[in-house]
Amino acid sequence: MLAAATLAILATIILALVRAILGPTVFDRLQAANTIGTCAMLLLALLGFLVGRPDFLDLALVYGLLNVIGVIAVLKFFHRGDLGAGGEEPR
Amino acid sequence: MSAIHWLDWLSGMLLLAGSVFCLVGALGLLRMPDFYTRVHAASLVETLGAGFILLGLILQAGLTLVTAKLLMMGLLIFFASPTASHALARSALLKGVRPRLVPDSEPPPSKP
Repeated sequence: MLAAATLAILATIILALVRAILGPTVFDRLQAANTIGTCAMLLLALLGFLVGRPDFLDLALVYGLLNVIGVIAVLKFFHRGDLGAGGEEPR
Repeated sequence: MSAIHWLDWLSGMLLLAGSVFCLVGALGLLRMPDFYTRVHAASLVETLGAGFILLGLILQAGLTLVTAKLLMMGLLIFFASPTASHALARSALLKGVRPRLVPDSEPPPSKP
């Protein structure tokens, strides 16, 4: 069942990748990237169980943290055009 | 002996349910007509799919440090991924991505 779940996660990543290539707006691509990141976390955890090395879970944790920070950072970049901008949002 | 077998069976079922939810969410992400509906479909992967798969892995791991790490992953996904989805949808709305609505010229679909 672990192998089946791993294959399902791989298929999910491929479908999200197709959406990231097709996506008309940048937000579609970002949503696909977020999904791919979550699936990569799950894939790391499943692979750790599959090969008997649960140390991969640490990598999955770090990957999840970086994924969220990355999505928020890219969103801020596309929202304000600058990563260093602060203060109130332009209305 | 019997209890261990039962736990393995339950863990397999949870992993299977998580896989099905992940595949359905990915199909929705690919096939939905609109950005906001795609966000709706993709959050299925991050809530139910990830939750079921992590729960199945927790049942396989037993009461060890691995379970603590899996619970931390679950907490991270539980708090961070709705935040990311909300930020995405809000940013898209502020940038002018309009939701696809029923056009004004057509009457709304009447109830049967």
